[in-house]
Amino acid sequence: MLKRFRLEEPESVKDASDLLARYGESAKVYAGGTELLLAMKEGLIHYERLVNIKKIQNLDQVKQNDGVIHMGALSTHRKLACSPLLEQRLPAFVQMEQNVANIRVREVGTIGGNLSFAEPHADPGTLLLVLGAKLIAEKTSTRREIPMEKFFVDAYETCLEADEILTGIEVPLAPARSGVAYLKFGYLERPSVGVALFLALDGAGKSVTDARIAVGCAGPTPKRVEEAEGLLKRKSLDEAAQGIGRAGEVAGHASQAISDLHGSQDYKEHIVQVLLKRAFLQACGQSRSGGKGEGRLHG
Amino acid sequence: MREGCMARVMSKRVEGQFIPISLTVNGTLREIEVEPHELLLDVVRDRLGLTGVKRSCDVQVCGACTLLLDGRPVSSCTLLAFEARGREVLTIEGLAQNGKLHPLQETFIEHGGLQCGFCTPGMILTAKTLLDENPDPTKEEIIQFMQGNICRCTGYKKIIESIVAAGKKMKSSPAA
Repeated sequence: MLKRFRLEEPESVKDASDLLARYGESAKVYAGGTELLLAMKEGLIHYERLVNIKKIQNLDQVKQNDGVIHMGALSTHRKLACSPLLEQRLPAFVQMEQNVANIRVREVGTIGGNLSFAEPHADPGTLLLVLGAKLIAEKTSTRREIPMEKFFVDAYETCLEADEILTGIEVPLAPARSGVAYLKFGYLERPSVGVALFLALDGAGKSVTDARIAVGCAGPTPKRVEEAEGLLKRKSLDEAAQGIGRAGEVAGHASQAISDLHGSQDYKEHIVQVLLKRAFLQACGQSRSGGKGEGRLHG
Repeated sequence: MREGCMARVMSKRVEGQFIPISLTVNGTLREIEVEPHELLLDVVRDRLGLTGVKRSCDVQVCGACTLLLDGRPVSSCTLLAFEARGREVLTIEGLAQNGKLHPLQETFIEHGGLQCGFCTPGMILTAKTLLDENPDPTKEEIIQFMQGNICRCTGYKKIIESIVAAGKKMKSSPAA
């Protein structure tokens, strides 16, 4: 059962931020509520006030400006999963969104809420890490861009200030001859392990010019694993294919996997390795077929 | 989660706040007042008396509390009631028209798509959304769409058969 709270419904980011500043830690931003309300129903947290930001206009747009895709923080998972623009430009992101939780959560839950709540067993953060995303955070009079790598601090903790609101996510378009894959495994509602890989090849499609690897769900926050990326970067495709097992081992250790009901630490580390190999095959397939962010993700 | 401040917050009593909302429930306009913390599930069951919708897992996993909001499935156990303002709520009680069961209700009976029946309102409402957008889904599409609705009595074979049969029925008489 939920304890009683008051509802505020500001119609601008400034008003929302003012309310959060005025009420401090007794107030919290509320969007879809699919994570927040669960924790409040369990009695794990309580706020005296929820600040519903869904009356703020234009925070749910998905658009492309120059070479950057902008997703408004209030876009629901369903909206992103059904976006023709994303389908064309970021198919791996669409595929990930189509598999977030279940159809009812995707209907109500927002991308901004998902990231801000920083529940460890979530999909989008891990994929956004390899896409080179930036988050836009605003408050009364300031606006800043946060690189995805700096956003998550710990489980349920981000670098957002108390009166700051995540308003959008910006993702640069992938270069030609590149591929992206996000794969997850879990046997409960939430994933045990999520692995994301971005791979860019040279013009001839023979060597890896750039690689980004991220692991999520296994530990407290999604993480880039640069040491594992180093095993692929500036290698021929054959060398990279040989090194992918080792990269998976490194990524598994770096994931800070913990033993819990989602699986033992060893098991999760092993799954990281398996998923990274599969992600490599998928990403290679896309980059060889031309890339430009238009390659479809199979599997 | 910052526990220190939570304890302080919890010690305060929050005054009641009443939000007047109007919503359409199974085609009838209802005007009620809700408090911000009231859940749609409780309002529909306890205040509107429509008990087809069930509380079960209470964490948006099982689908027993599924309602359609403007035709789309939501978990009413974790949706604040005020969110239904100005919108159309459909519950299982609103599915039959003029005493005639919806094709999904008919085929769930004909194909034995239920045992205890607890998950059935949610199954049927979710399946309605699917068939409304795709009257001829493949088995794989049904499985993907219905993934968030759990039945604990038995398997899903007969449920899937019921949905396929309803799709066929709806195509042959689209007015239903």
